Amino acid sequence: MSTKIEVKNLTKIFGKHTRQAQALLDEGKTKTEILKATGATVGVDRANFSVEDGEIFVIMGLSGSGKSTTIRMLNRLINPTSGSVLIDGEDIAAMDAAQLQQVRREKMSMVFQNFALLPNRTVQQNTEFGLEIQGVDKAERSDKAVKALAMVGLQGYEDQYPDQLSGGMQQRVGLARAFANDPEVLLMDEAFSALDPLNRRSMQDELLDLQDNLHKTIIFISHDLNEALHIGDHIMIMKDGVIVQIGTPEEILSKPADDYVERFIKGVDRSQVYTAGNVMVRPTMVNVNNAGPRLAARRMRENEISSVYAVDGGRHLLGIIDAKDVRQAIADGREDLKPLVQDIVPTTSADTPLAELMDAVSSTPIPYAVVDDDNRLKGIIIRGAVLGALSGNEVNVHA
Amino acid sequence: MLNIPKLPLADWIDALVKWLSHFEGFFYAITNFLGGIISAFQWVFDLIPIPVFIILVMGLTAWITRKKIRVGLLVFELLGFLYIWNQGYWRDMTQTLTLVLTASLLAVIIGVPLGLWAATSKPVATVVKPLMDFMQTMPAFVYLIPAVAFFGIGMVPGVVASVIFAMPPTVRMTKLGIEQVPDELIEAADSFGATSWQRLIKVQLPSALPNIMAGINQSMMLALSMVVIASMIGAMGLGTEVYFAVGRNEAGSGFAAGLAIVILAIILDRVTQAMNKAKR
Repeated sequence: MSTKIEVKNLTKIFGKHTRQAQALLDEGKTKTEILKATGATVGVDRANFSVEDGEIFVIMGLSGSGKSTTIRMLNRLINPTSGSVLIDGEDIAAMDAAQLQQVRREKMSMVFQNFALLPNRTVQQNTEFGLEIQGVDKAERSDKAVKALAMVGLQGYEDQYPDQLSGGMQQRVGLARAFANDPEVLLMDEAFSALDPLNRRSMQDELLDLQDNLHKTIIFISHDLNEALHIGDHIMIMKDGVIVQIGTPEEILSKPADDYVERFIKGVDRSQVYTAGNVMVRPTMVNVNNAGPRLAARRMRENEISSVYAVDGGRHLLGIIDAKDVRQAIADGREDLKPLVQDIVPTTSADTPLAELMDAVSSTPIPYAVVDDDNRLKGIIIRGAVLGALSGNEVNVHA
Repeated sequence: MLNIPKLPLADWIDALVKWLSHFEGFFYAITNFLGGIISAFQWVFDLIPIPVFIILVMGLTAWITRKKIRVGLLVFELLGFLYIWNQGYWRDMTQTLTLVLTASLLAVIIGVPLGLWAATSKPVATVVKPLMDFMQTMPAFVYLIPAVAFFGIGMVPGVVASVIFAMPPTVRMTKLGIEQVPDELIEAADSFGATSWQRLIKVQLPSALPNIMAGINQSMMLALSMVVIASMIGAMGLGTEVYFAVGRNEAGSGFAAGLAIVILAIILDRVTQAMNKAKR
């Protein structure tokens, strides 16, 4: 992973006397002092952060926290007062009008809270908008728009007008319009906030599905912590124009930077955030290709358990071996473990949310095995660890 | 107050009008230009046989309202035109139509850009607003006097006076429409890298179009309300018939011609409104 966007000391001061206000800000005066002295409002105060290539970076905060101003400074819908925005090393803040236009056309697209669709254009024509602005010829842009619409599941709606669609579908058009440009960076300003909760959730999931294939760099503004935790690879929490904390969802939950963040995360449904990977523990296992019953018996004794996970040399999960069968094999003088392996272990992947596992984990007699795409055993999920995570104990943040 | 002598405002205006008449050549050019437009409209209307004209208007109406044909309007057009034909007002009606269309056309050509400019520049708006109030509220008769001085007698001064009186709604509604384009749409256009011209043509004007069309509709109605007044300086048409009827104290023919104006007004209003609704 490499850094896609790097923001340095990005500051926005609204009102007159911005230069004076900037000087006071550099001296370390507070927002209120500056307002009193100059009448200028500090919208964003020296923000520093970087966004990795291909990640979803959520900027979270309540209204007035400066998050909307921040995202608008990235494509200069709002001009920064000072500081720089480096995209692939190029400073957006220092660009002239022509360079900026080029970047807006080719590198970044934006999705808006209230969709910002043109009411006089069809879905197809709306989707073509960005390409039309670039002067792409008709056949090509129609082709790209059809593909973008298919991507968001809107094939067949090309000739409808926005007011004929539901909010969720309108925002799909907004997404398709952004995707049609094939931008490297996607700016999403409270993109799902105007949708009802059910729709919002399914749009979040669809965005994640799309992202699996597209790997865009997405900056997502939200005031909803559950949303941020659900979709964000990194979350940046802002308050009164200042960055309070930047971290992964697990870091935010397990190590809130201050009282403000802590109050925020109080109401969060942790089972939606934590994944199998966060709570899994090291399994006890034997390699059936070179271990015999005696080694298996010793492993069980050492760990005070009654079964071990059987793997091959590549750590691929084969199944589970029960203590009773091992004792029988030792008594019979058999050396091979392979016939003892029972292929009855339930498996899951590391990124499965706990919410989906909870029922299953509490009813299965054998702990779930967490495996990767190649069926390699990564860990197991035991009930105690799940309960611990949900009650706010430390989890494997870097799992 | 009584000690202050009467301000010679009237003398000043007279002096201004007199001074302006030095630019004879300029006004002559405008007269010729407007005369050209008027003659072109009139030439077309005179060329089309009456039944064909009626069918064309009805066909146009049907095409505009093709999504939901309005039979009532079509029947009204047919009966209305037949009435005008029957009363012998056909040529007067086409002359009035020429006056109204020319005045509306000019109101759009001047009014829409002016409204745009006022929407984007505060100083311009500060000047334009009272100017529009002035133009619309000053009794329309007053425009006739300098109009005759500059443009002579006939259709042209009638058109000029009508444009002055009828333009304000187009300017106001254009300004309103542009100002009401949601900020997010402007941001969307900018965020996709639109030039300010692309933003205007592809986003602002289309979004403001319903308002602009409503303004044009209003301008057209105001221009129509000027036809009787304009007839006093020789602008021919249905207004002339009404004006003469007043002079001769003939209530009957006054009403007959007045009804023709009403019919024309309703048809123009409904057709332009339908155009506005047909646009999405």
